[in-house]
Amino acid sequence: VSLTREELNVLVVDDENVLCQGVRRVLEPLTVEVPEHGAQAVFRIRAVGSGEECLRQLSVQAPDVLLLDHKLPGMTGLELLNRIFSPQQSLLVVMITAYANLDTAVRATKLGAYDFLAKPFTPDELRGVMRKAATHVVLSRRTRKLEAEKRQIRFEFLSVLAHELKAPLNAVEGYMDILHERLGGEELGMVERSSARLGGMKKLIYDLLDLTRIESGAKRRELKLIDLAPLLRGAVEVVARDAQQRRIRVELEVPGPVPLHADAGEMEIIFNNLLSNAVKYNRDEGRVLARLRRDGDRVSLEVEDTGIGLTAEEMGKLFREFVRIRNDETANILGSGLGLSTVKKLARLYGGDAVVRSTAGVGSTFVVTLCDGVPEAPQGAGRAGGSYAASPGD
Amino acid sequence: MLIDDDPDFLLQQKSQFEAAGYAVTTADGSKLARTVLNQTSPDLVVMDLMMGEMDAGIVLSREIKQKNPGLPIIMVTGVTRETGMSFDDNTAESRRWLNVDEVIAKPVRFDQLKGAVEGLLARQCGQAGPGGPV
Repeated sequence: VSLTREELNVLVVDDENVLCQGVRRVLEPLTVEVPEHGAQAVFRIRAVGSGEECLRQLSVQAPDVLLLDHKLPGMTGLELLNRIFSPQQSLLVVMITAYANLDTAVRATKLGAYDFLAKPFTPDELRGVMRKAATHVVLSRRTRKLEAEKRQIRFEFLSVLAHELKAPLNAVEGYMDILHERLGGEELGMVERSSARLGGMKKLIYDLLDLTRIESGAKRRELKLIDLAPLLRGAVEVVARDAQQRRIRVELEVPGPVPLHADAGEMEIIFNNLLSNAVKYNRDEGRVLARLRRDGDRVSLEVEDTGIGLTAEEMGKLFREFVRIRNDETANILGSGLGLSTVKKLARLYGGDAVVRSTAGVGSTFVVTLCDGVPEAPQGAGRAGGSYAASPGD
Repeated sequence: MLIDDDPDFLLQQKSQFEAAGYAVTTADGSKLARTVLNQTSPDLVVMDLMMGEMDAGIVLSREIKQKNPGLPIIMVTGVTRETGMSFDDNTAESRRWLNVDEVIAKPVRFDQLKGAVEGLLARQCGQAGPGGPV
């Protein structure tokens, strides 16, 4: 069986040139076979002399393995580890410490280091540690690939399902419209109720399609400089009828043009979701205030309502998929539970976020911040999908 | 006359056109459409572009126009939504290319379709000149 050759990038952070050269001499000829995953790992070595340089390198090209000496000029290895480590990342850190200083090794492990090497170490000890690390990297690459495939299948399934559901729903809606024109009395009420439930189902399907398109990166994004002000006014038009029926005032505070490099469709999804929520969850004769403005390099949209508000517990889970706040006051409000999770995902796509401030019984304010969207690198769509995968429980 | 392979579309539009005072015949495909066209003489045809085979609608509209150049045809199509191709635009070029008098994108509201039907029938009467049906 032939093994696939896989390159592992190793970044050595040490101010002792001798050590860097030694690592190179040992690792460059080394091949680690991981037959159970059909892989053969080889190492590409880069070296830097300080923590500061390491940080710069990490932002340019993230290595798979970081061989990090604790004793460095300037920032120490532990300080650096403290700054770079996050549970989501796949970077393996091997800490190099002096024998006398096992305490450092223990603290490094606590900070998330994968392994450590005590100085002075032999070539065999280095090979041993790197064999273990290479197997780990190959395994986690395989896992990531499988997860991406699983996600893709889930998206395709949802997308096919949603498309197949749209046609029959449209047909039923057509019959309902005809019945609505011809019926009277109690039956008319039933038809109206059926149409409303049908509308809710359609909204769920469209939300699902939005979500899967955004998450899978299958939606073609058109990032260009657009003025968000007219889009927000358009979103107000969309909710105007519902607001009027319940005598809710919808007010806008927009200082003038609010330009942003963005996809107009994505902006509409954000605006429509927030405004329709602000009307839906408001009290009759309440008020909705939407403020849109540019703050330096970012745009912020605040949507304030005088609605039922949220408890701290409700706020905690509000942005998750399929979460709907269920209580007596929301029992008759239709929704898919997808709107806010989509808003948050989109905001993150623009390097921003969506958050909520709220007082139960008084009202809520949703704040979305957005930075200029950057046209994606060739692997951009995949990366966007991947970054969601890193935090599925958000 | 309504020609579409979607039975729900046929039933809904037939019911609404009849309620608006029109006499309506229907066909759920090109084959039945040819039979019905031979037996009846509709004043106007509303037809789908994509029925079963990709080109069924175009072939049929060409046939109708060859036999009866004066019979107005409205093409209703969801083709852009389904395939990403664009001849949904109601432009002179797409009308000529499709051999029809009007192109309307699906989903279509009844009042929109009724408006198009009324418009074409009125034009027809106008062309017939004084003494024609009013």
